[in-house]
Amino acid sequence: MLRVAVVRFPGSNCDWDALHAARRAGADSYFVWHRDTGLQQADVVILPGGFSYGDYLRAGAIARFSPVMQAVQRHAADGGAVLGICNGFQILCEAGLLPGALMRNDRLTFVSRPVWIRVERSETVCTNAYPRGTELRIPVAHGDGRYVADAHTLRMLEAEGRVVLRYVRGENPNGSVADIAGVCNPAGTVVGFMPHPERASEAVTGSDVGAGFFRSLVAWAPAGADRVNP
Amino acid sequence: MSYRVHVRVVPRAGLLDPQGQAVEHALAALGFAGARGVRIGRAIELQVDAPSPEGAEAAARQMCDRLLANPVTEDYSVEVEA
Repeated sequence: MLRVAVVRFPGSNCDWDALHAARRAGADSYFVWHRDTGLQQADVVILPGGFSYGDYLRAGAIARFSPVMQAVQRHAADGGAVLGICNGFQILCEAGLLPGALMRNDRLTFVSRPVWIRVERSETVCTNAYPRGTELRIPVAHGDGRYVADAHTLRMLEAEGRVVLRYVRGENPNGSVADIAGVCNPAGTVVGFMPHPERASEAVTGSDVGAGFFRSLVAWAPAGADRVNP
Repeated sequence: MSYRVHVRVVPRAGLLDPQGQAVEHALAALGFAGARGVRIGRAIELQVDAPSPEGAEAAARQMCDRLLANPVTEDYSVEVEA
C-alpha cells in the first residue's frame, strides 16, 4: 500500500484534510512531525497548507530549516514524490526544490474562494488522473500566492512543460505571472501549487473534483521502480 | 568584537509591490501628493560577533543570502555601525 507522510509544522492547518484525502484514495497515510529526522519509508511526502511558523520572515522561510526538511530533500533527490499544497508550495520554493517564489497577492487581500484552474501537465505524481486541459473548480485560500520567477526561469518552465496548473483566464486570484498556479521539477515527482484539492475531495464538502490529485498519487508508478512494500 | 548590524530588505525593483502602492495611495489621500515610488520591505537589526567590521558585514551578507532575503524576489543592503 502506498505510504503517504503528511508533515506537520507548527501552524500547519490542512494536515488532517490532506491525511484524510490520501486515506480515502487508498493510501496508508500518517503524520510526521517537523522535528522528525525520518519519513518512515514514505513513498510520497505531502507538505500541507497552513501558516508554518506563523509565516514569520516570509511564508515557508523558517519551515525549510526544520529537521524533517533534510529528510524531504534526500527523499526528493532520490526520486521520491513530494507534493506541496499552498504553504507547502511556498516551503518547496524557499527550499529550492522548486523554482520561483510566492509573494503578497497583488490586491493585498487574503483570497478564500473556489477558482477555475486548468491541468497543464498530466504526467506528474498528482495530476495523472486528469487529462491535460481538464478544467477544475478548486478552492484557494492564501495571502501570499502571487507566483513570480525571473524571465529565464519562466522560459525554462514553459519550454519543459513544467507548469502543472494554471488559473483559467480571468480567474487569476493573486496576480501570478502567466496565470501559474503550480509547477513541478523536470521529472514531475516534486509538485507544488496554491489550490487546495483536499478541500474538494468529498461530496460532503460540496465537491469531490479534487479527489483525483490523491488518486493520482496511488496510481502513480514511475517506470522501472519497484514500489512493492514489505 | 561585537558589531551592531542593520540589514535592509526590499522587494526587487520591477516586481510589483502592492503594499508600497497602497501606502502611496494613502499618502496621496493625506495630501502628500509628491510622495512617489514607495517600496515596503523590512529592517532587521542584529548583533554580530566578528573580528572586524568587514567580518561582521560578510557574515551578515551570508545570513541574507541564506535566510534573511529571498534571492528570487528581494534585494538587501548591509550596514555595520562604527
